Amino acid sequence: MKKKLFTGVAVAAALLLSACASGDPLAASPSATASTSSSSSATAVSITVGSANFPESELLAELYAGALQAKGVTVTKKLNIASRETYVPALTKGEIDLIPEYTGAFAKYLNADADTSNEAAALASLQAALPKTLTALQPAAAQDKDSITVTRATADKYSLKTIEDLVPVAGQLVLGGPPEWKSRSYGVPGLKKDYGLVFKEFKALDVAGPLTVQALKNGQVQAANLFTTDPAIKANDFVSLEDTKSFFGAQNVIPVLTATKATPEVVAALNGVSAKLDTDTLATLVTKVVVDKQDASAVAAEWLTANGLR
Amino acid sequence: MTWFLGHLPQLGSLLLTHAVLAVIPLLVGLAVALPLGWLAQRYRWLRAPLVAGTGLLYTIPSLALFVLMPLVLGTGILDPINVVIALSVYTVALLVRTVADGLAAVPDEVVQAATAMGVGPARRFFTVELPLAVPVIAAGLRVAAVSNVSVVSVAALLGIAQLGSLFTDGFARDFVDPILVGIVACMVLALTLDVVILSLSRVLTPWTRRGRTA
Amino acid sequence: MSLIWAWLADPANWTGSDGILVRTVEHLGYAGLTLLLSALIGIPLGLWIGHTGRGRLVVVNLVNGMRSVPTLGLLFVAVLVLGPRLGGDLAFLAPAIIVLVILAIPPILAGAYAGVDSVDPAARDAARGMGMRPFDVLIRVEVPCALPLIFSGLRSAALQVIATATLAASVSLGGLGRFLIDGQAYRDYGQMAGGALLVAVLAVLVDLVFAAVQRAAVSPGLVPTTSRRSIRKRLVPDPA
Repeated sequence: MKKKLFTGVAVAAALLLSACASGDPLAASPSATASTSSSSSATAVSITVGSANFPESELLAELYAGALQAKGVTVTKKLNIASRETYVPALTKGEIDLIPEYTGAFAKYLNADADTSNEAAALASLQAALPKTLTALQPAAAQDKDSITVTRATADKYSLKTIEDLVPVAGQLVLGGPPEWKSRSYGVPGLKKDYGLVFKEFKALDVAGPLTVQALKNGQVQAANLFTTDPAIKANDFVSLEDTKSFFGAQNVIPVLTATKATPEVVAALNGVSAKLDTDTLATLVTKVVVDKQDASAVAAEWLTANGLR
Repeated sequence: MTWFLGHLPQLGSLLLTHAVLAVIPLLVGLAVALPLGWLAQRYRWLRAPLVAGTGLLYTIPSLALFVLMPLVLGTGILDPINVVIALSVYTVALLVRTVADGLAAVPDEVVQAATAMGVGPARRFFTVELPLAVPVIAAGLRVAAVSNVSVVSVAALLGIAQLGSLFTDGFARDFVDPILVGIVACMVLALTLDVVILSLSRVLTPWTRRGRTA
Repeated sequence: MSLIWAWLADPANWTGSDGILVRTVEHLGYAGLTLLLSALIGIPLGLWIGHTGRGRLVVVNLVNGMRSVPTLGLLFVAVLVLGPRLGGDLAFLAPAIIVLVILAIPPILAGAYAGVDSVDPAARDAARGMGMRPFDVLIRVEVPCALPLIFSGLRSAALQVIATATLAASVSLGGLGRFLIDGQAYRDYGQMAGGALLVAVLAVLVDLVFAAVQRAAVSPGLVPTTSRRSIRKRLVPDPA
């Protein structure tokens, strides 16, 4: 009986190890497994790709992963890792090597006072604030910004067009956003500092996902953070208020990776994706994942093939 | 249904990881709970603090335990070992009491008879008391197994891929299909473990079947 | 440890609409409502099955089946499916309570059933012999005798519900889970560990209250027996 127990532990441990080694099970699409085995490159670079916990980030991670695999890089995926506050430590500790980021938001995460008012400034701020162990490659033209979004009815009622229009009425409104907004410099505290916006209350929802959309529709919150690429904005006739002070700044999609992993082939693969990715493309791809319920890996593979990146 | 059929390979590997993450803690937890339960039964004054103390661990919310593990263990944030240790803690919490109860339920006459036959304490524990306590311990193990399968899925909130990833993925996309498939897969896994433990317990205690009209 | 203390000791964390006090009350509200609803469903059903002996197999399987439903997945489905059909605050509250009730019913139902089932047949026969009608037997003999196990079921349900009600925060509700979800979102370990500690303390306090009520309610003639038979027969090992 004792012996049985020990063999049991050993077998289970072996299973665990093999499960870890085989990487992210979510990546079990045929393309992903096939290209790992067909890697022909002599330089054995292996990269662990991470993503944040919202569909667009996962999609971008899949794009990077697919492009890297096409260049013979061995890729492991660890997707859906909560918020920046969780995956950035994982990145600096080397648990993951690569993460899709947004220039302005990441710059402000690293340095609350970063200037992100335009694309060049945001990129420069990010480069300046980035730890030495990390490197940010070429940004894509594609942008996806946080926004303050209201329903059409709310916009009409208070005649809101810009975030500034909210200032006099914010005291009557509840703002919804991801939990981390409560304390982030580009969340509630930042809105107060830059716009003088003080809402009646802040309600922690999800990362611009179905909870946020539902809460906005239901009237549990009157203003909420949604991503500008979110198909739900159009579908529900929501109004994203104009960011006149460019508080959310420029938000170009950018791959950030461990500096030591930035071999020429890795850089070439990732820059290849960035070069072809603009905002409309990104929005279309996100719609395929979120609205048409296609797998992010499949959508990524299709786009990479169509663009000659794999 | 179409989603299910189209994602079989993915489902298989998620299920495997999920099973491993749920089963290893069961074995580790049992290995820890056996000596603790024995202590609680052997030394009466230890029973209350041991049973209540380990039971308290069960009230720590799983999400908190997963996130705090790296701080305690010095492991990486995404290391599955965090989940394994956290679930082992829950298993211990559930099992110490059952092991103590199970050992307490061994008839005194049997223990005395074994002692009279010259069986030493260690051998007596492994050949007499432990086997007789198997049915009670197995009952506790079944509860722990089912609970582990459910709790593992919470680790998806931290980016550790297993069946729970289907919940977070489906939720983020307002897509019920993967969530339902994940729930069914979890239930199948839990009930399978349940049956396996029950059968093992039966095999290990052939005497319980004798004389019973089935 | 010092992080937890720093967070707990800051008076600013205790007051206001998102302070510890309000969150604790919210948490108790979810847990109380859940326990009330699941007791209303679980206890009568368990008593009935124990009393009539009908549907025993169904119950054991149902209880096992319900236990194996992963709470997080069920919560997400409930929010996605029910949320759009309900308005206002109910949109997220109702799904969360339903999920918690499903979590709480198995131990309560099993406790009530096992309680009645373990009543000494001699006591039951004696009551019948005294001319009691079936309903009187149930209320005046079986229920009082079953109380220890009914309480045991309620207590283990309470512990599970208090620990699991933290998940409600992942669908935007309040309660102490807010500190866990928010603490995780911005890596505030003090807040997170402090929140976890508060949940554990709350669970213990509630259990103590139940223990006191149990002591007052259970007949002194029914000192909890740990006879071999009763342990073997126990359906639920109490997770406490």
